[in-house]
Amino acid sequence: MSAPDERQDTASATVEGGPPQRASTGHPLVVEVTGARVTLGGAPVLHGVDLQVRAGEFVALLGANGSGKSTLMRAAVGVLPLSGGEAKLFGASTAHRRTHDRLGYVPQGDADAGSIPSTARETVATGLLGSRTWRLRRHDPRVDRALDAVGMRPLAERPITRMSGGQRRRVMIARALVREPELLVLDEPFAGIDLASQEHIAALFRDLSDAGTTILVILHETGALAEDIDRAVILDHGRVIHDGPAAQQPALDLGDHHHHPSGPDEDFLGQEIHPA
Amino acid sequence: MISPLDLLTSDVLRYPLIIAVLIGLTAPVVGTYLVQKRLSLLGDGLGHVALTGVAVGWLVGAWVQVSPSDLLAIPGALAASIVGALAIEYVREVGRTSRDVALAILFYGGIAGGVVIIQLAGGTSQNLMGYLFGSLSTVTGLDVGIALVLAIVVLVVGVGFQGVLAAVTSDEEFARASGLPVRLANVLIAVMAALTVTLSMRIVGALMVSALMIVPVAAAQTVVVGFARTMRTAMAIAVVCALGGLLITVYVDLPPGGVIVLATIAVYVAGLVLRTLLTRRGAAEQPAEGADEAEQVGQPVR
Repeated sequence: MSAPDERQDTASATVEGGPPQRASTGHPLVVEVTGARVTLGGAPVLHGVDLQVRAGEFVALLGANGSGKSTLMRAAVGVLPLSGGEAKLFGASTAHRRTHDRLGYVPQGDADAGSIPSTARETVATGLLGSRTWRLRRHDPRVDRALDAVGMRPLAERPITRMSGGQRRRVMIARALVREPELLVLDEPFAGIDLASQEHIAALFRDLSDAGTTILVILHETGALAEDIDRAVILDHGRVIHDGPAAQQPALDLGDHHHHPSGPDEDFLGQEIHPA
Repeated sequence: MISPLDLLTSDVLRYPLIIAVLIGLTAPVVGTYLVQKRLSLLGDGLGHVALTGVAVGWLVGAWVQVSPSDLLAIPGALAASIVGALAIEYVREVGRTSRDVALAILFYGGIAGGVVIIQLAGGTSQNLMGYLFGSLSTVTGLDVGIALVLAIVVLVVGVGFQGVLAAVTSDEEFARASGLPVRLANVLIAVMAALTVTLSMRIVGALMVSALMIVPVAAAQTVVVGFARTMRTAMAIAVVCALGGLLITVYVDLPPGGVIVLATIAVYVAGLVLRTLLTRRGAAEQPAEGADEAEQVGQPVR
């Protein structure tokens, strides 16, 4: 297709199930993955995947373990090289470091904390660093605000290795929030976090979304965010099998099939031990 | 008996003392990043490669007939260890060979290259002994000058860019997503390691250089928490051990490198004992320390 405004066309072709509720198709593309192919350890993980997220949208990326959703997310933010296709953030290639200054990212699982445990404050302060901000300001008021937002301010000086999995996860969320990003990309942010805290953090994401922050989130089940998601993209074996309003998808919990349905607590606590 | 005043007025001791302080300040800075990257043995690998550099410097010196014959040894060590550091960083990034195999090859290639090339240069492996185990008698004013420049570079980069370097070594994926110059940071750390190896080699010896990078950091970790405090504490420990160890060898005829390294290990063991005692007492005093304090978001912690 050689229409003059190519972006508009690709986007409307992908969003099959009607327009998203919150963001109109006229909003600029914030995440733009086209024909992404990724091979990990010789095995193809993504087979030409497209993903578009527009400014202000709240998009959930769903799929069973091994469907490639984390791989797609990592490719979208430029931490994983593509073997085919391209990934753009805010309209520029992910290779440009400056485009990353507007992104807040929560990687999958427990970040490998290294051998020298940083304190929660040190960890969150690294979220303020960017392509041109190289000086660590541990006592920036934004660090305290971000720690407060996830309820971790009382443990600011504790090394993250002496925290529970859920507490560490909340520090990771604070590290993504601290730079007040325009785009939040989160890989299972609730993994290991108790239900009460999940509700609180879901409310935080809701407020950010209402204030215009674009959110792309991988979820095991939509849970606390079910009401807020504009659009769900579902992956299966490295291909997009659904891209449309979350409400139209009858069974959103596509959790891995080894996982037996059980109480919500267990559903989330089980997250930390899923196979890579 | 030598008085402390004599130490500072005699060139023979003043130079090593200056270098000891520089080693104490720089080695733990680099060591903190290496420990964080789980590359603790990199310094050892670079020490071995630096030996090849020493021998190459000797060989080149023989060709162009410089005097003294080892004038180019330290520049050679510098060049070789920088090349070795960049090679390791490349292997780490590309990830085709496992890191420990790459390091092992660096070890063996470095030492083998050293003994073969020193022979070609008309020397014997005896000439390498001073560089292997360190010695005081060989330290010259030129060495001090080189060490000073290298130390300034390491301190400016290693302390000045602590934020970026700590972020990259702690969580490379997040650093990349944040737009940090990940590759540049990794290359800087590798080059700083090479500079530190070179400046430490004369006194501590190539075989023990790495100990001064790693052991003070391990010792600091027994008593403090947090990245920045670990680095600062390790620097203090290393300066005290390097100076103290060197002074001991003034009064007792012992090899300085070995004494300095044993001193850092003694601090490490003392730190372990101290921590065990404190933990026991802490556990006895507050048996019900809440493991899940602040577990509930948005609620005041009791």
